[in-house]
Amino acid sequence: MNIIKIEHIAKIYKVGFEEVHALRDVSLNIDKNEYVAIMGPSGSGKSTLMNMLGCLDTPTSGLYLFKGFSVSEMTDNQLANIRNREIGFVFQTFNLLARYDAIHNVELPLVYAGVSKAERRERAKQALIDVGLGDRMSHKPNELSGGQRQRVAIARALVTNPSIILADEPTGNLDSKTGEEIMALFNEIHKKGNTIILVTHEEYIAEHAARIIRLKDGLIEKDEMVKKRLIPELKENFIQ
Amino acid sequence: MRIFLYELKEGLIIALRAIISNKIRAILTMLGIFIGVAVVITMSTAIKGIDNSFQSGISSLGTDVLYVDKWAWFTNQEWWKIRNRKNITIDEYSEFKELVKLPVAVAPVTNTIQTVKYNERRVDNVFVNGSNADYIKTTNFTFAQGRFYSEIESNAARQVAIIGSEIAKKLFPNIDPIDRIIKIGGFNYKVIGVLAEQGSFILGPWNPDNQVYIPIETIFKNFFNRSFKTITINVRANGPAMIDETKAEIEGVMRKVRGLTYDQENDFSINQQEGLQQSYDSVVGVIQIAGLFITGLSLFVGAIGIMNIMFVSVKERTKEIGLRKAIGAKRRTILSQFLLESSAICLVGGLAGLIAAVIISLLINQYVPTSIQIDSVLLGISVSLLTGVISGFAPAYTAAKMDPVEALRYE
Repeated sequence: MNIIKIEHIAKIYKVGFEEVHALRDVSLNIDKNEYVAIMGPSGSGKSTLMNMLGCLDTPTSGLYLFKGFSVSEMTDNQLANIRNREIGFVFQTFNLLARYDAIHNVELPLVYAGVSKAERRERAKQALIDVGLGDRMSHKPNELSGGQRQRVAIARALVTNPSIILADEPTGNLDSKTGEEIMALFNEIHKKGNTIILVTHEEYIAEHAARIIRLKDGLIEKDEMVKKRLIPELKENFIQ
Repeated sequence: MRIFLYELKEGLIIALRAIISNKIRAILTMLGIFIGVAVVITMSTAIKGIDNSFQSGISSLGTDVLYVDKWAWFTNQEWWKIRNRKNITIDEYSEFKELVKLPVAVAPVTNTIQTVKYNERRVDNVFVNGSNADYIKTTNFTFAQGRFYSEIESNAARQVAIIGSEIAKKLFPNIDPIDRIIKIGGFNYKVIGVLAEQGSFILGPWNPDNQVYIPIETIFKNFFNRSFKTITINVRANGPAMIDETKAEIEGVMRKVRGLTYDQENDFSINQQEGLQQSYDSVVGVIQIAGLFITGLSLFVGAIGIMNIMFVSVKERTKEIGLRKAIGAKRRTILSQFLLESSAICLVGGLAGLIAAVIISLLINQYVPTSIQIDSVLLGISVSLLTGVISGFAPAYTAAKMDPVEALRYE
């Protein structure tokens, strides 16, 4: 079964008296354990599509089925629940809470899911170990490097065992070497059976995925499999 | 439900962290609530204290006592008409006493203002009451020591005195007053009784604590003759339920004593504490409303401060709100988070204000009686919490209904 099934969705924003067609007519399916990159120049609608896929926003028209449930008909609370349990977000700017240490940042989605304190701790710990930060649990974000911060964010996305990981330019704020490490981590996560959707404008990053969807002017320009995937080597002892 | 509790706990932690990380800002904001709560509570304890004092004063004088007097306490008659009334005399009292049946006690009262001395110590402008042995039955006085004067002492115009508790403190700070000789207006008196504290500060010189009681015949002997001024007849009804009936009887009896015909107006007044209570209530009511309104304003200003700072806090944390929403926080989660923050600020400020109010109340208790009640403590806590919720609501609501996409994009 498709995790995500989108049929003819459109999104129209009103800016003053002008209507902006961010998405015109997009249809696509994403299956379990796919690794998809969404590409496109700025203004192509890829951010809008990502917000839509992440249930942060609902389409103006068209059908979006998430695991068979229609997202357009959901209430705010239902959307919050879906985001909480089914989607793990990874952002370009990490978006960690500066006042919280790493483990508390990772625990946060579990708080909103109503998981007990002891279980939260345990799962957050495991998630941090999984991303290779077992020894950085009580560090605050400003005591961590960029790559480490992004790994905390990835641990936060993974901790709820979501159906999809949604990464928006996850290497945009990192140098190329650290970016490569993060991509290796994503590759590892994918191998474990997770579904990953990667939004990027860099060809080189997109080629880590198995499938690339190219957007232009609110329409899908191309939807193709990657012929020669970049599979980075996971160095060091990231994953114990 | 369980989720909500976790969210609540999380919200509380977030709130406390936010307050701690902005210490100076939080303290300045709290100051507004602190001052507001402190003045509101101090005001209410002072009002309560004054009220208690008045009520105990009233009851020490007896709530079922009627006063037959030349003068009216509350009247709309012209002053000169009342002034031209005949004085009530001690003979009229005797006649009156023979005729009335309903009252439990009837006593003639007159007074004079004198200086009271014991050796080198003195108290000026003391109300010296003169009456007979029945007087004590018209009051609810209790004794710290000794007794009231007897009928024999009263009829024989003995030089004996009962002193109020304040007078006793001033004249006899360290010694037993009983059987000591004091000077009232230059005449020697033996102290035979000391009243227990009646605690009616608000009555001022009429407070029994500040008075001296001697036989009426002794007043006539030492200070002025029988016809010098009018006396008051204190009449005690047999319980509050009998007041109206007793009032009707004594009015009839007094008209008879005065020999008034049916078409003549009363040339005397019957006063009662109800009138005193009413005028007190209206005065205190105004003080209460004005006081609470003015002090309430300072709380209101404090609340505006909270609202202002909460709007700033929401704006500052737009991105955080966006992230929280993206990872699954619901509207009510965000709402409660910010409500908890404003309530926590208000509660801490309010508790500090409450402590300050208690200290202030204890300090001014020496001048104005204050009474710290559990309900003013609860009032302080609930007022500060309510202020937090009300002033935090608009900012919290703004945060709760933020669009997560917009919020995440905010720099």
